[in-house]
Amino acid sequence: MVKNPLISPHPNPLPKREGNDKPRPLSRWRIALSPTGNAGDTFFRGLMFAAALLVLIIVGGMIVALTADSLLSIRQFGFRFLTSQQWNPVKSEFGALPFIYGTVVSSAIALLISVPLSLGIAIFLVEQAPYYVARPITFLVELLAAIPSVVYGVWGIFVLAPFLRVHVEPPLARWFGWLPLFQGSITGIGLLTGGIILAIMVTPIITAVVRDVLAAVPDSQREAALALGATKWETTRVVLVNGAPGIAGAVMLGLGRALGETMAVTMVIGNRPEISASLFAPSYTIASAIANEFTEATQDIYLSALVELGLILFLVTFVVNGIARLLVWNVTRRSGATA
Amino acid sequence: MTTITRADRRRRVTNAVMTSFTALCTLFAICILLIIFAYIAWQGIGSVNLRFLLDSPRPVGEGGGIGNAIVGSLVLLLLASAFGMPLGIAVGVFLSEFGKGKFATLVRFVVDTLTGIPSIVTGVFVYAIIVLPLKHFSALAGGVALGLIMIPIVGRTTEEMIKLVPQSLREGALALGAPQWRVTMGIVIPAAASGIATGAMLAVARVSGETAPLLFTALGSRFFNYRLDQPIASLTVQIYNYAISPYDDWHAQAWAATLVLMTLILMINIVVRFFTRKKF
Repeated sequence: MVKNPLISPHPNPLPKREGNDKPRPLSRWRIALSPTGNAGDTFFRGLMFAAALLVLIIVGGMIVALTADSLLSIRQFGFRFLTSQQWNPVKSEFGALPFIYGTVVSSAIALLISVPLSLGIAIFLVEQAPYYVARPITFLVELLAAIPSVVYGVWGIFVLAPFLRVHVEPPLARWFGWLPLFQGSITGIGLLTGGIILAIMVTPIITAVVRDVLAAVPDSQREAALALGATKWETTRVVLVNGAPGIAGAVMLGLGRALGETMAVTMVIGNRPEISASLFAPSYTIASAIANEFTEATQDIYLSALVELGLILFLVTFVVNGIARLLVWNVTRRSGATA
Repeated sequence: MTTITRADRRRRVTNAVMTSFTALCTLFAICILLIIFAYIAWQGIGSVNLRFLLDSPRPVGEGGGIGNAIVGSLVLLLLASAFGMPLGIAVGVFLSEFGKGKFATLVRFVVDTLTGIPSIVTGVFVYAIIVLPLKHFSALAGGVALGLIMIPIVGRTTEEMIKLVPQSLREGALALGAPQWRVTMGIVIPAAASGIATGAMLAVARVSGETAPLLFTALGSRFFNYRLDQPIASLTVQIYNYAISPYDDWHAQAWAATLVLMTLILMINIVVRFFTRKKF
């Protein structure tokens, strides 16, 4: 670019030297630093590139730092860490199974409730409601996502848990008490409450993504179904089938959020590292174990075990989110290409 | 003449049931939202007064307030913004202006995935890289933790907003002889400024409600503190500590602090919504 004499940074020809016919070539630095040169560009591009690289370094650094600090526990317990039920800081015996169980079951309850709920909301917003109704409702549902976790926790302790204790859990125990899931003492604090509060928190996230996915399904699909005489609901089913991978992605995204949610769950789940078949029983999740015990961990091995919990959580959520993103990208990108 | 067969009737009933089911779902979610807001307002309003907003915590039964927590939260948000916003915006600019090729796709993917990393893990990470080497909890560590959470949010909204700037604007500036960095800094970013500001505000709103990453970075404090190398209070951690305490007095304060926090977050959200509605 700079070689072109017309846009050379120095329009005046350079003085010729003796024994040298050609003008002396400008040094690279002088070209680069001239007002119209490309030093600014190089610098700017480098700066932006460095920022992007830094993000990758941060994620890499997370893996390295978490692994390094949990090495002590990994060496001592090995694979047993994932299968042992013993979590006993006094005896320096650490097994993560109760936390893994609590995390998985509370997230499962959350998805069981929130997936149909958010599908319903998203279908209502995209397929049924007119624009002037959908717009404010979208905002309200998004507000549900803006409420901080700790606020859900406060509401969970003082409102939801007493409500479940009085109005929900006794009937469940009466009608479904023959299932081991609904036996045991009723306190309002436990897996079920944790799962329900998670469901409320995850719903706006799943809804938002499903809404985008459904909106990305081309209208020709709807028109074709309607032209064949399908009812509104049958048309919606066609749309759902079209958006299925994206919806799966949305569910995964919700799962990732549910697995790592900390404060609200910590406040209502009871925080007892035991595995019990009953949903009424107190339990513990990986995230709440870290939140509760991190500042209490005085021995190195205790701290290391907690960091290993963090590492597990990081790896699991990273994979779950990665899959989710790929699924959602595929759907929305495909529609972007045809639009 | 058309006859309605039994199958037709079943289809119509299914249709009616399912369409009302979706409406019910929506109604249910909105009810939950209203119930939560109503409780916060109802429980919190009684304890909020000027002294509560300015005072620092006192022993149970002696009143006290959340002044130090409000100051602490502001300090933490400032630190987080100073760290997270420039980085986030730079990442967004990179993705939108130079964002082609494998490296950019990888960055985009990692940034997206970073949004989903639990904030408590960010807390553990910052504990490992800042708190452990410095040997004590500090406001700085808390700010960095919150800043890390901001980066992907700011980055992705910046990218989306810059993509909305028409290509002709860039071409015009380039045709006038401006180098690319002048085009980006002087033309594209100002054109997308309101959108970028929106993203930044949303990131602040999101981060101001974070508790988990602060528990073992900023830790919390019962006093006014302006030193960055010392533990510092924050609204969210104070709410948490009060809510899980056994005292009714502190429960009331937790509700009141929740009301203050929610007012802040709601205000940001509504302001952002108002501006984006005008723009797009």
